[in-house]
Amino acid sequence: MTVRKNQATLTADEKRRFVDALIELKRSGRYDTFVTTHNEFIMSDTDFGDRVGHRSPSFLPWHRRFLLQFEQALQSIDSSVTLPYWDWTADRTARSSLWAADFLGGTGRSRDSRVMDGAFAFGSGNWPIRVRVDGRGYLRRSLGAGGGLTLPTRAEVDSVLAMPTYDTAPWNSSSDGFRNHLEGWRGVNLHNRVHVWVGGQMATGVSPNDPVFWLHHAFVDKLWADWQALHPDSSYLPRGGTRNVVDLDDTMRPWNDVTPADMLDHTAFYTFDTAA
Amino acid sequence: MSTTSSLSRRSALGATLGVFGGLALAGAAHASADRARDGHRDHPALAGHDAMPESFDEIYEGRRIQGRPASHGGGSPHGGHHSAGYQVHVDGRELHVMRNADGTWISVVNHYETFANPRAVARAAVVELQGSTLAPFPA
Ligand SMILES: [Cu+2]
Ligand SMILES: [Cu+2]
Repeated sequence: MTVRKNQATLTADEKRRFVDALIELKRSGRYDTFVTTHNEFIMSDTDFGDRVGHRSPSFLPWHRRFLLQFEQALQSIDSSVTLPYWDWTADRTARSSLWAADFLGGTGRSRDSRVMDGAFAFGSGNWPIRVRVDGRGYLRRSLGAGGGLTLPTRAEVDSVLAMPTYDTAPWNSSSDGFRNHLEGWRGVNLHNRVHVWVGGQMATGVSPNDPVFWLHHAFVDKLWADWQALHPDSSYLPRGGTRNVVDLDDTMRPWNDVTPADMLDHTAFYTFDTAA
Repeated sequence: MSTTSSLSRRSALGATLGVFGGLALAGAAHASADRARDGHRDHPALAGHDAMPESFDEIYEGRRIQGRPASHGGGSPHGGHHSAGYQVHVDGRELHVMRNADGTWISVVNHYETFANPRAVARAAVVELQGSTLAPFPA
C-alpha cells in the first residue's frame, strides 16, 4: 500500500531511493513527457475557454491523476518509492532539509540562479532541462528571493480549509470558494505563491522540471483530502452541464477515461502518514 | 498539427528522446481538445474580453519588448495554445501571454503571478530571462 510521507521525515535511504528513481526516469526520457504535458495544459487552460488542469474545478482531480501517473512511473523503477509531500507551512526556509545536497539541492547562485549542489545541479550531468521556454538548460531556483515573499502560514491554510464550498461559478480564476483560494488566484494565495517563492523553472509553465513540483503538489493534494475530512457534506462542483468545465462525471483530458468522481477518494490509491 | 511542429522545434534546440516521448501524451491532449470543441463549446477566443490594452514598444534593461493586439482575435491556427488576443515579443520572439478573468495578465515565464498589463508582463519576463533568449514559440 502506498503511503505518502512528509518529506521532513524521510530516512536517508528513502531520500536516496526517491532521488535515484527520479534520475532514472529522467535518463529514460519518461520524465520529460510529464513536463511537456503540464506545459501544454498550462498554456491551453484559459478562463474564457476550455480549462482542465488549472484555473478550474478540475485543478485538484487533474493534478491528483497526474501525480498518480508520475508516482506509478517512479514505482516501475523502484517499487518502494512513493511521493513525499512538502508542508511549506512548516518547512518554510531555504535552510530546510528539503534543500540539502542529499535531497533536492539548494537555491541558485545569484548571478544566473543556477542550482549548484545536489543530484539535480547541472554539473552532475543527471538533470538536463530539455523542455524549456528559453535557452537555459540548467535547473534554476531563487528560493524566497521574490521581493520579501514568504511561504503561506498554517493560519492562512486553515482559513482556506474553512471554506465550505468546493468551487463557484464562473469556475475559473475569479471564482470564490475553496478550490480557487487553494490554487491561489484569489485571496491569501497558497499554491501559486509557492511556485513563485521557489522561482526558476517552478515559476514557469514548465514547472515540473524542478522535482519539488511533485512534493508541492502532493501537499496541495493532501490539503484537498484534509478539506474533505473537514467538510464531509461538501463535494466537488459543478455536477453537470457546465460549458468549458469538467463536471463531476465528465472525463478529463489527456486520459479521457477518468472523471473527477473517480478521484474523490484518495484512499483507493494511497494514504498519508497522518490521518486526513 | 502544431503540437508536432512545436515539439520538433524544441527538439531541434537540442532535445533528445525525452521530448519525443512527450508526443503521445500531448497528442492525446490535443485530440481530446478538438473533440471538446466539437461538443459543448462556443468560440471562446474573445469571450469576456474587454477592449485590448494599447500597443507598446520600448527597450527595457537592454531588451526590446513589444506588445500589440492580435489582428483577428489572435486566431493563429495552432492547436491547444490559447491566444490572448494580444501578442508580446521580447527581442522579436513571441512570449506566450494570457489574460485572466479579472483583467490581469500572466506569461509562460511568470505563470503563477499576475501583472496589471502586458507591458508589466513583458518587463517581468526580461527580469526572469536574465539575458537568455526565448525558445521559439509555436506559431
Ligand atoms: Cu499544474
Ligand atoms: Cu502547481
